[in-house]
Amino acid sequence: MAFLEIDGLRKRFGSVEILKGIDVDLEKGGFLVLVGPSGCGKSTLLNTIAGLETITEGEIRVDGRTINDLHPSKRDIAMVFQSYALYPNMTVAGNIAFGMEMRGVPAQDRQKAIDKVAKVLQIGHLLQRKPSQLSGGQRQRVAMGRALVRDPKLFLFDEPLSNLDAKLRVDMRIEIKRLHATTGTTIVYVTHDQIEAMTLATKIAVMRDGEVQQFGTPAEIYNNPTNLFVADFMGSPAMNLIPATIGGNGNSLSVVLQREAREPISLPLADAPSGLSAFYSKPIIFGVRPEALTDPEGAERNASNIATADCHIEVVEPAGSDTFAVTNLGGKAVVARLRADANIQPGTSTPLAFNLTKAVFFDPATENRIL
Amino acid sequence: MSVIATPARQSTGGVSARTVNRIVIYGLLALFALFYLMPLFVMLVTSFKTMDEIQNGNMLALPQAPTFEPWLKAWGETCVGLTCAGIKGYFWNSIKMVIPAVLISTLLGALNGYVLTKWRFRGHTLVFGLMLFACFIPFQSVLLPMATILGSLGRFGVTLRNATGLSFGLGNPTVNLVFVHVVYGLGFTTLFFRNYYEAFPTELVKAAQVDGASFFQIFRRIMLPNSMPIFVVTVIYQFTNIWNDFLFASAYAGTGDAMPMTVALNNVVNTSTGVVEYNVNMAAAMIAALPTLLVYVVAGRYFVRGLMAGAVKG
Repeated sequence: MAFLEIDGLRKRFGSVEILKGIDVDLEKGGFLVLVGPSGCGKSTLLNTIAGLETITEGEIRVDGRTINDLHPSKRDIAMVFQSYALYPNMTVAGNIAFGMEMRGVPAQDRQKAIDKVAKVLQIGHLLQRKPSQLSGGQRQRVAMGRALVRDPKLFLFDEPLSNLDAKLRVDMRIEIKRLHATTGTTIVYVTHDQIEAMTLATKIAVMRDGEVQQFGTPAEIYNNPTNLFVADFMGSPAMNLIPATIGGNGNSLSVVLQREAREPISLPLADAPSGLSAFYSKPIIFGVRPEALTDPEGAERNASNIATADCHIEVVEPAGSDTFAVTNLGGKAVVARLRADANIQPGTSTPLAFNLTKAVFFDPATENRIL
Repeated sequence: MSVIATPARQSTGGVSARTVNRIVIYGLLALFALFYLMPLFVMLVTSFKTMDEIQNGNMLALPQAPTFEPWLKAWGETCVGLTCAGIKGYFWNSIKMVIPAVLISTLLGALNGYVLTKWRFRGHTLVFGLMLFACFIPFQSVLLPMATILGSLGRFGVTLRNATGLSFGLGNPTVNLVFVHVVYGLGFTTLFFRNYYEAFPTELVKAAQVDGASFFQIFRRIMLPNSMPIFVVTVIYQFTNIWNDFLFASAYAGTGDAMPMTVALNNVVNTSTGVVEYNVNMAAAMIAALPTLLVYVVAGRYFVRGLMAGAVKG
């Protein structure tokens, strides 16, 4: 039995359904990230777990106990808010201790708990300051301290890093990951940043319009997206999704990519998914991540199915660690990721290696993966 | 000389046009200020003059032999109606009425604002709209209905006293005035606090809920301590209105011992017998105006901050 279980959760505001039957679960000590574009219901889902929103249907269980109708303070949870929500009139110590004060913890024990948390988060020198005297990163730490001091069953994070600048965000991300590793707490984390989702999670739920599109480990989500939305949303730069047709002869299929004013490319598929034969000479969406489309020297050595084709390079973007080359296939700009020192010029034709082992195919009508 | 004079004259020409503008603007402003301050000036100088000087002298002239006599007389001896014990008793009447009225209406307004923004219920906009509507009801139109209500409360007070020996203040004119001002002020105080709390981060309330704070604990520990600017604005507004109110005061406590300052002042000034003691009248009027002035001076710096609070909140 999982530690956190959400069964058939529905949330309606009047006639509008915000959450349309969510089924998610998480093992003890796991790190679940809810990710999706704004308005997908991920924050609402978190608020229902916290008890800050009521639910219309379904059940939420933590450690086997149903918490549907419990007051937020009775759910044994702690929450870190996007704006940190530090009480401006109280000192850092007062903020951290407020929850304990409300639960009637004696002053001595409160002080002990504050000191312990301050040590973990290295905020001991800030305890007597007001939130307005803290920097963004310090506020973030205090907000985490306020959550940590409860020692709850479940931590909830609502986009905690989105108010920080880019560098601090990476630092705090690592800190949260370290905190999770050292304390072994169970965390549910909401973000719209798919990199945060990939780096932090043990499980990811990709959401759209109040529905979970895919639920799985980061590797599953990244390598085996179940539909076009997940494929497009996860990964940066995004997966190339190229309109194509299925061609070939007899029992071996191939992907045919149209090109402007040139012969179409035909890439033979060694081990095509069985569902693909139904799409013979029909349109499909061919998905290939930028790192699976590279210069032949940089291609993965042990990939079983690599096809090479000459492509006309339109733009070259040296990004320091990699060089991105943009070509045009099937009427779409397609990004290839090459080695940093790849010798490539815009306006020329160069052979690119397609790692077809990593390629995925989608039905353009249903937008679902063809398996 | 002529070589350097030319550019100098050009620049002074530009400056002088601006200077003329400034003179006109500031001159007009000074004139308006003078116009508004003139009555205060006349009041102030008259209150320090003797009656002889007032009857023979120039209204604007400074007092020849400044005297505190009129102030002392106004405070302790002047006749209000038939009793000649000065206005001090009525001053305290007003204080006793204004402090509870201001505090209760402000706290209830804060509570209303808190509920209307952070504990929204179905139809909260309608409720707020109706409360807002209370701001537009003219004083005069509630005089009679309110008199009926106060009359019934008074009768109920008598019944209570007969039954229990205590009237719980029902029927007491000061309590009546506090009640009227609280009811009438609620629309405004609710409006002030609702608009302030509308911009107040809801996540703070949610965080306090997760921390286990109750409805009133959140109000007292989170909302109120962070409402200083709007609290001051509301207190100034309510204090000025209630202290200066004459209509309700004269209607519901116009006679007897509970008469507030404004009514007493009117009775001092409108005396129909003997010599009109302008100096005493002016001193009494100044005394009546002092508390509001004091409130503005003490709390005034928060007033501007309060009005700009939404703009500077981080």
